[in-house]
Amino acid sequence: MTLLKAILTALALVVAGLLAGLLAVLILRGAPDLTLEFLLGLPARAGREGGIRSVLAATAWLSGGAMAIALPLGLGTALYLQEYAQPGRAVAALRALIEALAGVPSIIFGLFGFALFVVRLGWGWSLLSGSATLALMLLPMIIRTSEEALAAVPAAQREAAAALGATRWQAIVRVLVRSAAPGILTGAILALGRALGETAALLLTAGSDLAMPTSPLDPGRTMAVHLYILATEGLSDGRAYATALALVLVVLLVNLSANLLLKRRAGS
Amino acid sequence: MRDLFARRALFLSALLSSVGVLLIAWFVLVEGWPALPALLGRVWSPEDGRFGILPMLAGSAAVTLGALLVAVPAGLGMALYLTEVAPPWLARLVRPLLQALAGVPSVVYGFVGMSLLVPAIRSGLGGPGFSVLAGALVLAVMILPTVAAVAEDALRALPLAYREGAAALGATPWQVVRRVLLPAARGGLVTAVVLGMGRALGETMAVLMVTGNVAVPPRSPLDPARTLTGNIAMEIGYATGPHREALFATGALLLALVLLVNHLARRLAR
Repeated sequence: MTLLKAILTALALVVAGLLAGLLAVLILRGAPDLTLEFLLGLPARAGREGGIRSVLAATAWLSGGAMAIALPLGLGTALYLQEYAQPGRAVAALRALIEALAGVPSIIFGLFGFALFVVRLGWGWSLLSGSATLALMLLPMIIRTSEEALAAVPAAQREAAAALGATRWQAIVRVLVRSAAPGILTGAILALGRALGETAALLLTAGSDLAMPTSPLDPGRTMAVHLYILATEGLSDGRAYATALALVLVVLLVNLSANLLLKRRAGS
Repeated sequence: MRDLFARRALFLSALLSSVGVLLIAWFVLVEGWPALPALLGRVWSPEDGRFGILPMLAGSAAVTLGALLVAVPAGLGMALYLTEVAPPWLARLVRPLLQALAGVPSVVYGFVGMSLLVPAIRSGLGGPGFSVLAGALVLAVMILPTVAAVAEDALRALPLAYREGAAALGATPWQVVRRVLLPAARGGLVTAVVLGMGRALGETMAVLMVTGNVAVPPRSPLDPARTLTGNIAMEIGYATGPHREALFATGALLLALVLLVNHLARRLAR
């Protein structure tokens, strides 16, 4: 074994060790506090005591709301680009703009959502403002994965649908979207993983209120924002670690299920 | 009839998706426009109406360069390991680990950084611990998967004949890497670096939590620093009037920088 191989192997071990170390620290320090009472209890004394029930609810509403906006919009965009658009400068421009959106930093999404949804439209710091902002962040990812899934549908299926006298729309709904569904779902799950961990943009648009949200115009604090506030205000180290562990476990589980779905599709 | 309606609806969603980035740029620019000239100063002190952006530019530059200094060699090394050294079954095991590292939310990196790395730097190297060094190290871990994945694609795209040819000429593995693979994949490798840089510049939470956020240009890696992103996140919650405008102007500048860097990465990839 040459020196180069030894160095590269050592590096790979260090990187693998980073992930293992990160998980180990979170589990060691977070697991004792990560109980059922913690997950289901309402927070008390600004999060020093109690659990994260309202935080979980806000996280679910915000990511669910964002997906409800981004999925139809993203799938629609992908369908237009793949099935209807004539290749040309106009379509190239659309694609370039969507690609640019993918690179926008999350704090900028936050500034935009704050200026438009929170202030201009008067929605205030709310689940609605946060979901709309988050939806915009997820769009490029959903569009790209949906486009890939649609492009992978064999041309024969489109031709067969047309030959059977299906209109374009029938072919799209009954044949195309159906056979591309696993790929579209994989993209949606990956986007969900990103939504769950988003912090900066939501801090600026959904606020950080700890109360149980009861309407779309209520503010809400997600797990990620809760972790940020617990950590930086030094409220409770144990609860911060428990929140971090819960957040990482959920995100890794979501990403893992997307990967499994992808593998199963590749295998079949 | 329904076809026409569907076509219109799909076109509308495509239009909506693509004007998103324009809307963002427009809003951030309009809100920050009046304060843009004020950013030229060297001192950030909102109480005195001074909104110089220099300290934050220096902070972002220091943290980003520091992160690249670590993540580029490590990312390239990982890419070389995955393409040239590891047997395929092992590469299949290691790649998901990198993906998992990329999936960890940035606030978690920030949290672990502030509760483990910052005290370690404080007691081991001195200074407040909240520092450029802490920010650079946390960022390096975060952009490593991006750099490694893009670099791996670039290396994997090289024909096997390059490696075989060089080896047949009696080149050692190091010579193959140094003289053949790295030069041949240069375009893709530079793209990997530039993409990593774009991510590092735009990252907010992790950096915010470990750099200390003092709005003074850092003089050493152990000094605290404030980045462009951190500046916005720290103060937007309570800023009003010209102060708020200055934060939006900071955002406009950051957006321009990041879009430019990403554009550069795409140009290089082609």
